[in-house]
Formats: sequence, structure tokens, C-alpha cells
Amino acid sequence: MSEHSTSSHSTSSPLPRYFAIWATLLICTGLTYYAATLDLGPFNAAVALGIATFKATLVTLFFMHVWHAGEKLIKLVVISALFFLLLLLALSMTDYATRLWS
Amino acid sequence: MAAHPTSRRSPLPDSHTAVANANLQVDERSQAHAPDSLQLRHHFATEEQQRDAASLGMWAFLATEVMFFGGLFCAYLIYRTWYFGDFAAASKSIDAAMGATNTAVLICSSLTVVLAVWAAQTARRTLLIVMLILTMLLGCVFLGVKGKEYKDKFDEHHVPGASFSFENVPVPSHPGQYANPRHAEIFFALYFIMTGIHALHMIVGLGIFTWLLVMAWKGRFTPEYYTPVEMGGLYWHFVDIIWIYLFPLLYLIDRHR
Repeated sequence: MSEHSTSSHSTSSPLPRYFAIWATLLICTGLTYYAATLDLGPFNAAVALGIATFKATLVTLFFMHVWHAGEKLIKLVVISALFFLLLLLALSMTDYATRLWS
Repeated sequence: MAAHPTSRRSPLPDSHTAVANANLQVDERSQAHAPDSLQLRHHFATEEQQRDAASLGMWAFLATEVMFFGGLFCAYLIYRTWYFGDFAAASKSIDAAMGATNTAVLICSSLTVVLAVWAAQTARRTLLIVMLILTMLLGCVFLGVKGKEYKDKFDEHHVPGASFSFENVPVPSHPGQYANPRHAEIFFALYFIMTGIHALHMIVGLGIFTWLLVMAWKGRFTPEYYTPVEMGGLYWHFVDIIWIYLFPLLYLIDRHR
């Protein structure tokens, strides 16, 4: 972490990157709003969630500094949190989605 | 016989505490004279390690928050798949433009937070203070818009409870069909719980940022020690991420019809 973070702090300014990500997030928000007015059939929810996940990933990686985190444990905690969230959602949905048979 | 052991043992605790006190004093002195920083706690080897430990602890807390909101999102997904038409009808009654405005407000506040952390890293005290104040202002704008939304819902009797009313609201994709008020009520219950808990997180965030502002005003943060700014920032970004998901899920169901 030491070489990496100090070099990224002192040599290149992160400001252009921050502003670029901010602009991307705003554009994506407009895009979600616009996509919701189109009839995409079953893909409306997928597009909305896809854009939301893209935005959340940008915030996590660059605003929350996970991309540049030298400590691998932090990346592990982030990934395991997402893994258990997916486990919760996926297993619950497989249960409820298959309940109304018969 | 009985007095003997006690008289022999009585000086022991005293001498122990005296040794402990001496140790404490040595410890305090060595910390006070540490050349690098006054903020390095004695149980960390380096400031690097101290910062990483703080980040790791914060991320562990955020992981519990992911599970906390995850349960609510799970409940939402289940009811949405069961009562999709009713949820779409109820979702249409919320002002999506206000939701989009709030999304933009929170994204801007995330930018000011990241700039505040950068200002603390690069010893720009004035910029840090300005960015903290801007973040709090944007947070207040968010809560104001949210309050207006809640007021509209109260006026329309869309708040779950005794005076709830959602009669003769057409289901978007099925002409001639009307939403079941009981199912729509579940949507509004989830809407108020999820946005309410999110708003509560915003209020806690405003409290944290008030404290950060006081500390920044006193000049407590240096490029070597700005951990509270960074941790407060992580919290704020996390609350932003929750909203990034709440916005399309609650406001944008079946808008096109």
C-alpha cells in the first residue's frame, strides 16, 4: 500500500477522475429515468438494475477508494458482503418463485 | 495466623499498581515524544497500519449494513414478483421527478465528500470546511425534497394505516383492472420503511459531518491523520449507494405505460 498510495497522492491529482465519475453518475441517472419511459418488455427492470449496479460499482471502486486500497482484506470484506447479499436474494427468490405450483 | 497473610499480601496490590502507573507514565511520555505523530495509538506499529485497521473496521460495519438493507430489498423483491401490477400502480403515484432530483443531489454530495477527503489529504483546511458544509447542505436539500414527498403521500392518504385509501387506481398494463388496495398498501409500507430508514441514515450522516466540521474548524486533521474524514466519507457514499438502488426500484416500476 505504501508505495502505491503515496505515489498516487503526490504525483498525479485524482481530481479529473473524480469529476469524470461524477459526470458519468449524473448521465447514468438521466439514462435510467429515460429508459423507464421506454417499453422494453421484461428488460425494463434488468436495464434499471444494470445501470444502478454500474453506478454503485463506480462509487465503491473510486469514491470509496476500494480500487486503490492496498489492503487486500478490505477487498475481501467488500466481495464477501456482496456474496452473502446475493446468496440471501437468490435463495429466497428460488424458494418464493417456485412456491405457487400445483 | 489470620492477620499474617493479609499483612504480607496488602503491600502487593499497591506495588502492582505502582508498577502499572509507572508503565503508564512511561507509555504516555513515549507517545507524547513520538516524533512522527501524536495520533498514532500505541497498539499500532505504523500509521499505515492504523489507517488500514480503521478502514477494515468501517468496511465490516458497512457489510452488516448491506445485510440489514438486503433483508428489506429481499422483502421488496418477493412482494414485487407476487403483486407486480399493484406495485406498478402504486409506484406511479410517487413523483419520479422528485426521486430523480434527489438522486442527482446525492451524487453531487458524494462528489463534495470525495473532494473533502482529498482536501484533508492535501492539507487544504478551507476547502475541507467548504466541502463539508456543501455536503451537509446537499443532505438537507435531500431531506427537504423527501419531506415534500412524504407530505404529498399523507395528503393523498397513501400512508399505510387506518386512513389508507387506494381505490379505483388502474393497473398500468391491464386495461379495465384496478389495483388491490391491500397489495398497494404493502408497496407503500415498504416505500416508507426503506426510504424512512434511508432518511434516518442521512440524519445520522449529518450528525457525523457536523462533528467532522467542528474537528476541521479546530484544525485537527493533517495529511498524516484524516481517518475520521475518510470513515465519514465511506458512510456517506454507502448511503448514496442505497439510494442509487432505491430510486429505480421504488419510483420507476412500469413508468412507460
